[in-house]
Amino acid sequence: MPVELRGARVEFGGGLFGGPRKAALVGVDLALPAEEPRIIAVVGESGSGKTTLTRLLLGLLRPTAGSALWRGRELSSLGGEDWRAYRREVQAVFQDPFGSFNPVYRVDRMLVLPALTFGLARDEQEARALATTAPAAVGLRPADTLGRFPHQLSGGQRQRLMVARAVMLRPRVLVADEPVSMVDASLRAAILESLWQLTREAGLSLVYITHDLATAYAIADEILVMRHGEVVERGDAVAVIRRPSHPYTRELIAALPPPDPTVDWGLEKAEE
Amino acid sequence: MSRHALSVRSLTVEFATARGQARAVDEVSFDLVPGERLGLVGESGSGKTTTALSLLRLIRPPGRIVGGEIRIAGADVLAASPEELRRMRAARIALVPQGAMSALNPVLTCGAQFEDLFAAHGERGGAARIAALLASVGLEPQVAGFFPHQLSGGMKQRVCIALAVALRPSVIVADEPTSALDVIVQRQVLRTLVKAQKEAGAAIVMVGHDMGLMAQFAHRIGVMYAGRLVEIAPVRDIFADPRHPYTRALIESLPDLERRGEFRGLSGLPPSLLDLPPGCAFAPRCPRVVERCRVERPGPTLLAGGREARCHFAAEPVHAG
Repeated sequence: MPVELRGARVEFGGGLFGGPRKAALVGVDLALPAEEPRIIAVVGESGSGKTTLTRLLLGLLRPTAGSALWRGRELSSLGGEDWRAYRREVQAVFQDPFGSFNPVYRVDRMLVLPALTFGLARDEQEARALATTAPAAVGLRPADTLGRFPHQLSGGQRQRLMVARAVMLRPRVLVADEPVSMVDASLRAAILESLWQLTREAGLSLVYITHDLATAYAIADEILVMRHGEVVERGDAVAVIRRPSHPYTRELIAALPPPDPTVDWGLEKAEE
Repeated sequence: MSRHALSVRSLTVEFATARGQARAVDEVSFDLVPGERLGLVGESGSGKTTTALSLLRLIRPPGRIVGGEIRIAGADVLAASPEELRRMRAARIALVPQGAMSALNPVLTCGAQFEDLFAAHGERGGAARIAALLASVGLEPQVAGFFPHQLSGGMKQRVCIALAVALRPSVIVADEPTSALDVIVQRQVLRTLVKAQKEAGAAIVMVGHDMGLMAQFAHRIGVMYAGRLVEIAPVRDIFADPRHPYTRALIESLPDLERRGEFRGLSGLPPSLLDLPPGCAFAPRCPRVVERCRVERPGPTLLAGGREARCHFAAEPVHAG
């Protein structure tokens, strides 16, 4: 298991002023198999704990109880070299393609630096060579993207570069928190497709965190539905969508507008 | 008097940039009858929001409406004096903003914001009138005494809808009114919007990028690309038989619970408005492009059923591709 959560619980609050403690995550189990690449979608609305889960997986937060493990070891116990190896093996793509870049540097830096830091390249020249081949993995032409500043790229290009950066580091796991919610619909499919292909070609597992059940279904092997910090339903993606067992999952499915005007979604009916 | 709630003719909006004039909206024309719901869709930068905000003359420098005509129930918006425009807004054309979170005044109760609106238009408010408006969007009368921060996102957006219909405008402009809301709340808020719009007898222009939502909400759909309205048609026709290849690509890029592991996106990027191709703006990404498309800009092709598409091949269906 490269990454695993066991009975993870996260609480916020309390502290100096003794405010009420609130559980953001309650007893969550999540495991990515080491043998084969897998796509797990974590679906939930705001406040469901999906971002807290992302932060646990990325080692940005420690569980209040339970464990967050990498290769069977507590993330909090990793030191020096191991921590670096973990940081390379587990990569992240965040929601905001505008906030993930430093606006004063050319985008190349975001590819060159990690190549050096993580020892994929011995010198600047090797790192540059690696950076030049990276954009192709997500269907971008290096000539259109490298050498530019973030503001000169579209949101979709920036987001795909973030994916390219993550993939260049040859991770085992990619944690993507709402990677397509801020890009246009026509590009959304392209980014999801490149994520999907990467799991097949590069053999990496993907944790796809989203509020959108439709894209989760399009891409995932397994779906976890979260509500108020708890996993209320989990299982094979087809089973969860076709035969949802939890009322909340059914509610989420009903909330998806059928993309077909001949199917009545009940907008004209009186409110329930 | 016109029988149209809204009539837009050759609306053109430009933004002054360091590299020249960018034409964000290029000769856009459409009409709406009372009670009609139009969905304006397109990618970011396609001009859909600029078009919608132009209807209220809410374009600020460096943007400027450089040409065209906008009439709301016959009244000329672009020729209105500042005072006439002030009276027109909310009374004849109202806005439901994108971020309900920041659209309400945080230091006033909701009730006070209704009173402000009535006072600005010389009307009498009162608790009963406000309660009736709140009831029309499914909120309790007590909400009038609440401050915005005491309400959830969905409730705030309902208050915004109640404010928008308060003076019974002919046209409501809704700029992605549910994009900031959770999916379950989204459907409830849309229902509220539909109900309030019907009761007020208003036409709606809704801006959005979610074709799935538009399939359910709109009577007609207008598709924008690089500042141009490239197709406009009744919603069932446009989904069953899109005549512009870009429309087809938008429809096909929708994730669907019927199809799994299939991604049909659109390759390439929209052109820069400062550097548009000489012919059709969509030509560089178009699957059925021919030489003519690269040199000759397609004008509108009028089709049966009040449809219109700006493609040299609009008379033929777009084949799946």
